[in-house]
Amino acid sequence: MIKFLLMVNKQGQTRLSKYYEQVELGKRAALEADVVRGCLARRKEECSFVEYKDYKLVYRQYAALLIVVGVTENENELSIYELVHNFVEVLDKYFSRVSELDIMFNLDKVHIILDEMILNGHIVETNKNRILAPLLALDKMTES
Amino acid sequence: MSDVVEKTLTALPGLFDSQTGAAKITNRLRQLVKSITELTSKHEEENLIKQELCAMKEQVSSPNTSMKQMREIMVRAMYCEMLGYDASFTYIHAIKLAQQGGVLEKRVGYLAVSLFLNEGHELLLLLVNTVLKDLQSTNLIEACMALTVVAQVFPKDMIPAVLPLVEDKLSHPKEIIRRKAVLALYKFYLIAPNQVQHIHGKFRKALSDRDPGVMASSLHIYLQLIRESPDSYKDLTGSFVTILKQVLGGKLPVDFNYHSVPAPWLQIQLLRILSLLGKEDQSTSELMYEVLDESLRRAEMNHNITYAILYECVKAVYTIHPKVELLEKAARCIGNFVLSPKINLKYLGLKALTYVVQHDAKLALQHQMTIIECLDHSDFTIKRETLELLFRITNAQNVTVIVEKMLDFLRGCNDEHTIIHLVGKVSELAEKFAPDNSWFIQTMNCVFSIGGDLLQQDVPNNFLRLLAEGSESKEEDDQLRLYAVESYLTVLKGHTSHLPQCFLQVMSWVLGEYAHLQGSVDRREVIRLLTQLLDQRSVSSETRVWILSALTKIPEGQTDLILHLAERLSSSQDTVLRQQAQELLHLSQDSQLHEWVLPRGAPWDAIEVDSSLSFLDGFVSEALAAGAAPYKPPHQRQEELCEDRALNLEPYSFSLPVSLSSCSITDRQSPTLLSVSSGLSGNSTELSQKAGSSTLILEGVKRVWGKDGYLPQKEATAPLVDEPSAAVQPPVQQEAAERTEPRPELSTRNQDKQQLASSLFVGLGVGSSVSLLGRSEAPPPRFRKKPRPHESSSSGTSEKSSGSSCRSSHHTTDIFLYGSFLEEEPATSKSAFDHTPKSTTANGLSQNKDTKEDKHANTSQIFGGDMVIVRPSTIQDKHPPSESSDLTALLPADLKDLPHSDVISLTSDPSLSLSSCRLFRDEALLLLIFISNCTETVIKDVAVQLTCEELKTASLRGNIVDCLEARSTSVCHYALLMDDPHTNVSFTGTVSYQTQPGHTNTLPFSGTLSTADFIRPLVLTTEEYGKLWLSLSHDVKQNLKLLTDAGDPLRTTLNALKDALQLHVVDIIGSEGIVACRLLSGAPCLLHCRVSGAALVMWLRSPHPALPDCILYHCQRALAHR
Repeated sequence: MIKFLLMVNKQGQTRLSKYYEQVELGKRAALEADVVRGCLARRKEECSFVEYKDYKLVYRQYAALLIVVGVTENENELSIYELVHNFVEVLDKYFSRVSELDIMFNLDKVHIILDEMILNGHIVETNKNRILAPLLALDKMTES
Repeated sequence: MSDVVEKTLTALPGLFDSQTGAAKITNRLRQLVKSITELTSKHEEENLIKQELCAMKEQVSSPNTSMKQMREIMVRAMYCEMLGYDASFTYIHAIKLAQQGGVLEKRVGYLAVSLFLNEGHELLLLLVNTVLKDLQSTNLIEACMALTVVAQVFPKDMIPAVLPLVEDKLSHPKEIIRRKAVLALYKFYLIAPNQVQHIHGKFRKALSDRDPGVMASSLHIYLQLIRESPDSYKDLTGSFVTILKQVLGGKLPVDFNYHSVPAPWLQIQLLRILSLLGKEDQSTSELMYEVLDESLRRAEMNHNITYAILYECVKAVYTIHPKVELLEKAARCIGNFVLSPKINLKYLGLKALTYVVQHDAKLALQHQMTIIECLDHSDFTIKRETLELLFRITNAQNVTVIVEKMLDFLRGCNDEHTIIHLVGKVSELAEKFAPDNSWFIQTMNCVFSIGGDLLQQDVPNNFLRLLAEGSESKEEDDQLRLYAVESYLTVLKGHTSHLPQCFLQVMSWVLGEYAHLQGSVDRREVIRLLTQLLDQRSVSSETRVWILSALTKIPEGQTDLILHLAERLSSSQDTVLRQQAQELLHLSQDSQLHEWVLPRGAPWDAIEVDSSLSFLDGFVSEALAAGAAPYKPPHQRQEELCEDRALNLEPYSFSLPVSLSSCSITDRQSPTLLSVSSGLSGNSTELSQKAGSSTLILEGVKRVWGKDGYLPQKEATAPLVDEPSAAVQPPVQQEAAERTEPRPELSTRNQDKQQLASSLFVGLGVGSSVSLLGRSEAPPPRFRKKPRPHESSSSGTSEKSSGSSCRSSHHTTDIFLYGSFLEEEPATSKSAFDHTPKSTTANGLSQNKDTKEDKHANTSQIFGGDMVIVRPSTIQDKHPPSESSDLTALLPADLKDLPHSDVISLTSDPSLSLSSCRLFRDEALLLLIFISNCTETVIKDVAVQLTCEELKTASLRGNIVDCLEARSTSVCHYALLMDDPHTNVSFTGTVSYQTQPGHTNTLPFSGTLSTADFIRPLVLTTEEYGKLWLSLSHDVKQNLKLLTDAGDPLRTTLNALKDALQLHVVDIIGSEGIVACRLLSGAPCLLHCRVSGAALVMWLRSPHPALPDCILYHCQRALAHR
């Protein structure tokens, strides 16, 4: 099960955070800092999974942006690793060559995309067209 | 036409405003994002967000803010919250936005709600209507977002409101709606499974939905359901197999593919479901062999996602009923994984292997060399996973090597979580497989010094219990203990300042307990080493307690050292240490007491801790008798303090002509409150019942002292002495360098690895094939722990056992702390409560008789006759309660007219049943005890003894009956006098009788009386009252509850009091009333009541200091219980 998903840049600044298990607002910053430190400390040739407290962290880096997913011990890390890539591919399709700034200026839309993919910590949709369908419909309606 | 133009014109400014406004806002978001990207320090961030929050606050409260602007504000609020700043003032606006905005605004509103509010937030209730509206909307997008938010956060209590709508959506023509409805129902199932029980049939429909997305969504529900009860869904196995086959066969639309792999996450989900269904079920497993085989075969493409599927597939193959060919294929897969140069794959391979070796340990043998390599891998995660794998394959033969590897890893590790986790595993392995004593002790030494104070408390507790309980053979146990003692002495002789507290505690306990086993070591040396520890500054006060306890156990003949120590510590700042020093001093001087308090080698379970402190009862009752206030727990004291304050607020104004000087309110230490509280919960058991269990709150102080003295509360759970809290202290810095052993030489590395392999994997396979170097035969384990039936690997029991071991390791302290009291225990428990009866002779009065001779003379003259034997033919029923009602008929004729209470049953046994009735005479309380013979035979020599320490008791008649006929009842009369008021008093007594000659039975009984039984109205005029009032010295004043349910509150309240307490209402003038009563024919008590607001201000005066308190207490009760 997925506990949280973070998008962080290399400086450790959070660009997006989504928790599927309640974490107090005050504790999030510390958790995020810990998580990012744990992931950034690792070298390229090391594996993309790292233990953190009771979670396993699965992380994947795209340019300066790091996507970290906290999962439970029984989760299939490699499938999450690929899920992250699927997510980025969806973002890429929507924003056509997504960048950190795209995500920042469209925080709400990135969240809407994520909501289609992951619900309550479960992967609910991975079909790119279907993930984007509601958002594209929204865009169409606001344009007209 | 002109109308339209006009409208357009008037609308224009607003239009412009909102447009420019929107542009401004968009700029604001843009500006915020820009500023965030330019942040360089935390301080800057704080300033920026604070400004932003202020600006937002202003905007949201402005009526001109449009929904579009509000949407921007929500996104800005998301930023603030994401950075950790509270923006809760926007929550309500998020809900508003979802309610009123256009589609995009609405979506952002819902999004903000799902991000900001967690389940159970009260604002969510405001969302329900919006959701309901949107669910009914014809606009697909609106219905869609409503379903999304329902599946994210929705108040549990409101599920019934939306459930029918969501259910309807299951048959919606659009797949996205059906899909989201299924997910919403899944959410409902998670938070309130009972609510969706009736729609399980519809889940099946969703599973066979023509759309793959809807089907996939239903799998979430099924995974959950099958995990909970696999047996109920076996019939679906075929469906899941078919679905997986179709997916594998590429029957899904192409857009479900991910890198040409068809719906990989769906495959993974299906494999998980299948493995749950096939687990330990051969016939079900057989249904899926084919599809699993195909799945293994298809996933040959070289991509991460296929490996992820393979991993899941391998797990499934090893979970279900085994099939050899599949197992072989799966094993080959794992081999490819672990050998892969791709590090992520290697990790997954190790993880799979860790899972698989639980079922088939031999598989590890095939990959032993890889495992060894991974053990030295530079990647922390890989190493960690390898250790996990090794932990699973540990047996008695390879334990030393594996534990050594784990300890090596631990020494280089500084992640707290990993240390705690791994150290626990090491100690588990050491306990399970230890080859010999020295290894076991050495390993545990490492565990304690590495794990230190991060350790879970159960690790040291288990270890100490293991030492203490031992195995079947005492010799072996003593050897182990002896080794521990020796080892610890060596450790203590070295540097001790870096040792964790928990290790020091373990050592001092062991030394205290077992140092005597070591004959060759000088006791003085042990004492010296322990004393040395006491002087160290790094030693915590908790550890000092452990050390001192140990020192208390050791001495025997080393009095000089101990005396010196005790003297030094008796001036310590720490009160606990000081107390212990005193005890140490005491015990060291009295070897007999020492032997008794700390018996050497006593079996563990034989020591019982009296956590209710019943041995203190004598002391407590004496103190109470001497006028001490009953014990009150702090919370109660706090409450009273508040009440007290409330009391003082009352102005000192009286309408009665009384000079203030005569009533010194200020000098009272509020005994009222004391007595009130004593009636409610003031008893010494509170001391030990930290949990404050309500069962122990007894009616009155005295009731605690039952017929057998104080009854210790067996169910007392709270430990007497606070567990030394497992204070987590910062980890002691490990001197890793000092410990790490030199790495093997590179040249011989390969050979070393082979050797390592042979030692690691020994005992996994069969016979000689196991070892690479042919040194397979390992010595059989010499060291076996006694199997402990109550300790299994499950966490539940380990918790329990840790609890018990906590107790065992502390109870020595308990005994020690209360050791000096223990000595007196047998005596106190008997003498304090089994008072010799004051009146034992028939028709005799107590020894107090002489003081009140004249008064009692009348009574005894009046009742001087013989006992009355009544033989009612009506009494057939044996059961006392129903019998009692008839018993009032047995009241002697001369007493029938007296006011009396109901007959209550006291006790009964097969032969006799006892009931009592109280008769209120002016000068005494008559207690009638009805003794009913329930048998068909004659009972002889019935004798009643009644005692009550607070009251004067006199048996008037009937306390000895020579012969009680079958089914008859005898009445025994007692006169009770109360000189000193007590809130409640209890009496105890016994009835002895003979059913057969020479065979005496006794039946104990007890009961409670309240002051109210002894209060009599005092009839006097208003003038007399006024005079008497002025002459009385002791007064109490308090506010009572006023009964306001009737027209005249004062009169109602006074009547209620009159009924309950037999008071005499002298007069009622306006809002004031005067009431009088007295204690039997003794001390009067005058009550002055005045209505003040909703309260009754009651002022009591009496010549007797304690009487007003008692009466006040009963007044409060009488009013409270109405």
